[in-house]
Amino acid sequence: MTPRQRRWIFLIAMAGLAAFYLWGLTGLPGFGNYPGPYGDVINSIAVAETNATGVVSAVNFEYRGFDTVGEEFILFVAATGVATVLRQMRDEREHEEEEAGADDEAATRDAPPTSGAIRMVALIMTGPAVVMGWWLASHAQTTPSGGFQGGVVLATGFILIYLAGKFLAFDRFSPADVTDAVEAVGAGGFAAVGVAAVAMGLPYLTNYLPLGITPGAVSSSGTIALISFFVGVEVGAAFILIVSELLDQTLLIRQGSQ
Amino acid sequence: MSAPHVLAIVAPPYTVSAGMMDVLQVTVLVLVAAGATMVALTRVPARQVIALSVYGVLLAILFLVFQAPDVTLSELTIGAVALPILLLLTLAKVRERGDSGKSGERGK
Repeated sequence: MTPRQRRWIFLIAMAGLAAFYLWGLTGLPGFGNYPGPYGDVINSIAVAETNATGVVSAVNFEYRGFDTVGEEFILFVAATGVATVLRQMRDEREHEEEEAGADDEAATRDAPPTSGAIRMVALIMTGPAVVMGWWLASHAQTTPSGGFQGGVVLATGFILIYLAGKFLAFDRFSPADVTDAVEAVGAGGFAAVGVAAVAMGLPYLTNYLPLGITPGAVSSSGTIALISFFVGVEVGAAFILIVSELLDQTLLIRQGSQ
Repeated sequence: MSAPHVLAIVAPPYTVSAGMMDVLQVTVLVLVAAGATMVALTRVPARQVIALSVYGVLLAILFLVFQAPDVTLSELTIGAVALPILLLLTLAKVRERGDSGKSGERGK
């Protein structure tokens, strides 16, 4: 097939796709119009039913809590997969290193040192990032926030320590086996909150804890707050694990070859 | 607690006029389109990651303007921070592999 023919096939296919796409767009509801009933129903009942003013969290951790368990374990499996695959690669690499010997050209090339400005900003930001992450993870029931976002911000706090040029400190603050265990506690905790409901003779993930008196208080919303906490722990640990595996890959090998 | 009072907490009155909101939404949509084009047109991978991070911030602003603060937080953490970090680390790794491969050949 000549490039000319290929271009024609591409153009015809693109025109077809564009036509279907535009046709589909004409069938969409108007901009800003929501025709479905579920959003309105949730909006009118969620706060009264759960005492959580963070309605999105109420949906995530209560109305569709079972879906969220699945999502949670997707991340758990992803982190496990990254750890497994990269650990194998490190082994491979170390064997190569032995064969290659000491006169490797890449070994003599140093990484540029971290500048004072980056180091200082990173260290200043570490504390606020950890506090912010913790706040997000523990306030899902009151404001737009939640364990997922909080967990990532929490992990960012640890990663900033690395950015400040303290890889070994990063490693010390988050040793792999401890991070593994914390991640498992987070993922298992979520599932266990659900199983506890079953043990009480209720459906899985029923909100069996007291809902509190004031809607939007930190202590309100029963299991929603608890699940968000576990999700925050899980996501934070999973993210630290993934990043530290990748950092091991890039940094330890660089160190090893010096 | 009665339901109307609760809803008053959840939905405060608008402080921006509808016309201003339209302008804001269109502006941010155009910015997002420009940002996406910028990411696609950047050829150097490391710069592309930075462009992608900026694009993540733009998307976060888009979600905020369209009144989805939860999604804003997710996009901000994942799109502007987590994804670029992972990509940069991968780039560093891939680049290093490529370098040592070349030098190994030279050694032979």
